[in-house]
Amino acid sequence: MMNDMPQAVQEQTQGTGRRIGDVVLDLQNISLSFGGVKALTDISFNVREHEIRSIIGPNGAGKSSMLNVINGVYHPQEGRILFRGEERRRMEPHMAAEQGIARTFQNIALFKGMSVLDNIMTGRNLKMKSGLLANALYWGRAQKEEIEHRVKVEEIIDFLEIQDIRKTPVGALPYGLQKRVELGRALAAEPSLLLLDEPMAGMNVEEKQDMCRFILDVNDQFGTTIVLIEHDMGVVMDISDRVVVLDYGKKIGDGVPEEVRANEDVIRAYLGTSH
Amino acid sequence: MLYRENGQFKTSYAADQQIFPITQDRLAIGLLLLVAFVVMPMAGSEYLFRAVLIPFLILALAALGLNILVGYCGQISLGTGAFMAVGAYAAYNFLVRIDGMPLIVAMLLGGLTATVVGVLFGIPSLRIKGLYLAVATLAAQFFTDWAFLRISWFTNNSTSGSVSVAGLNVFGLPIESPVAKYLFCLTVVCVFALAAKNLTRSATGRQWMAIRDMDVAAAVIGIRPVYAKLTAFAVSSFIVGVAGVLWAFVHLGAWEPAAFSIDRSFQLLFMVIIGGLGSIMGAFFGAAFIVVLPIILDQVPHWFGIPLSTATTSHLVHMIFGALIVFFLIAEPHGLAKLWSIGKQKMRLWPFPH
Repeated sequence: MMNDMPQAVQEQTQGTGRRIGDVVLDLQNISLSFGGVKALTDISFNVREHEIRSIIGPNGAGKSSMLNVINGVYHPQEGRILFRGEERRRMEPHMAAEQGIARTFQNIALFKGMSVLDNIMTGRNLKMKSGLLANALYWGRAQKEEIEHRVKVEEIIDFLEIQDIRKTPVGALPYGLQKRVELGRALAAEPSLLLLDEPMAGMNVEEKQDMCRFILDVNDQFGTTIVLIEHDMGVVMDISDRVVVLDYGKKIGDGVPEEVRANEDVIRAYLGTSH
Repeated sequence: MLYRENGQFKTSYAADQQIFPITQDRLAIGLLLLVAFVVMPMAGSEYLFRAVLIPFLILALAALGLNILVGYCGQISLGTGAFMAVGAYAAYNFLVRIDGMPLIVAMLLGGLTATVVGVLFGIPSLRIKGLYLAVATLAAQFFTDWAFLRISWFTNNSTSGSVSVAGLNVFGLPIESPVAKYLFCLTVVCVFALAAKNLTRSATGRQWMAIRDMDVAAAVIGIRPVYAKLTAFAVSSFIVGVAGVLWAFVHLGAWEPAAFSIDRSFQLLFMVIIGGLGSIMGAFFGAAFIVVLPIILDQVPHWFGIPLSTATTSHLVHMIFGALIVFFLIAEPHGLAKLWSIGKQKMRLWPFPH
């Protein structure tokens, strides 16, 4: 499926109604360090609208740090971040959420004491406007709003095929389903940019196939731009439009899957060199 | 009638989002309210109101307020007694210093003052968590103990340090007899319990629980930790403050700062833990356990005609009570409310295993 030439990416995706657009997120010369430890060194890459952009690399390469930079959890010491053409100043995670950036976590970060429904409803937090007093009365607008958002959340529940567990506390669910609920919570915010940190880690083949299908469907149906961190090379090479490779906090490769697969540095980082 | 939800189909989200979605639950709660509002005032004795029901209701209200902070938002507080005291003394000052101040307005203003103080002492929660926060809220306790004892303006320059209120009335109805006091407390508790339940099932409550369960993920979703934590402190202190007003005005009548000492803070925290963290029902279970159980235990030897001296009974009550606390915490660390919901879950299937 991916044997076309690099420039063929656009043509290939036109068939599905999905068109890769302009650059939405541009990271320029990002450097991040914690005390003396350099997590990221001079990394530049961009993400185009509607594409699936993967970040790969060995453990400790700085992939998760990269996502944390994008959604404002970490603040890089150097470099510029342009989101939709605007340079970003110091920002907090909730500001990134307000700009339409949602994410899932490598270690599941669901709200354990709450039901699946409440977890996904929480994802719509930014869209709910009723104040404290209105909520205390739970009357009129507050109740109307609650029902309106419930309708949207039920659509996500249908999309992810988790209808039967909507009232279950998430702590009681198996791992694969928790990952799915976490995706649901991120989708509830109707993000334009979705950051997925190892959504398929620890899953069996069927669960991985399901998750791939959901990611492709999200990208296809909602036009969501996706930045994906994943270790399963088969998955990455199959669903990504472009791949960036990190190693020890440095960028060693960037391009469509075929280019990356053929890149000498990448092969060396993953397989080691023969002597 | 068996406890079943078979055949009760929900055809709208509003029906599914009710507080009691199951018909049998609605009937049970209706019956309970009927007993509380109609039967008890006719059947209850003065002792029952004064020593059991009124303290139970007021402390349940305070536990409810504390549960919003500890159980729903995950911020530990040892300053509950302090916030009760702030509510009580503020309402007292509003009542004696402003002519013709109605009781309800004074009570709400007392609650609002407690809110302000609660938010102020909640600010450390933005930087510190867990036991460290508990120690920080302890500062509120010691500060108010000191303030109400030493600053005589708060007590209207009373020479003994003790203050009292008399001639309470609501819309012209006197709150003097035990039954009137009981009905007043019951009404206030019902109103606040409903408001608290509404808050916790709305977006506000989900924000609190999100902060409690995973604060980084909550921030990434767009919840502002500052706002969520401070609203929890505000709502919690308001309810606790109102409970303080009731405790001082209605239950005690005349009081001094010792009524709201650190012992009270601990007592309320135990109620919340034993009753069930993060449950409105839990506050009532916890208050019942801590207030009512010792009284019942005290009576048991009399029922069986066992001749025991008062001192022996009192020691026994302490021992049995302590043992019961340990037993319940081992049997169900999530409190009596969790036991209750497990019981209900089993009831839905009984007598079949699946």
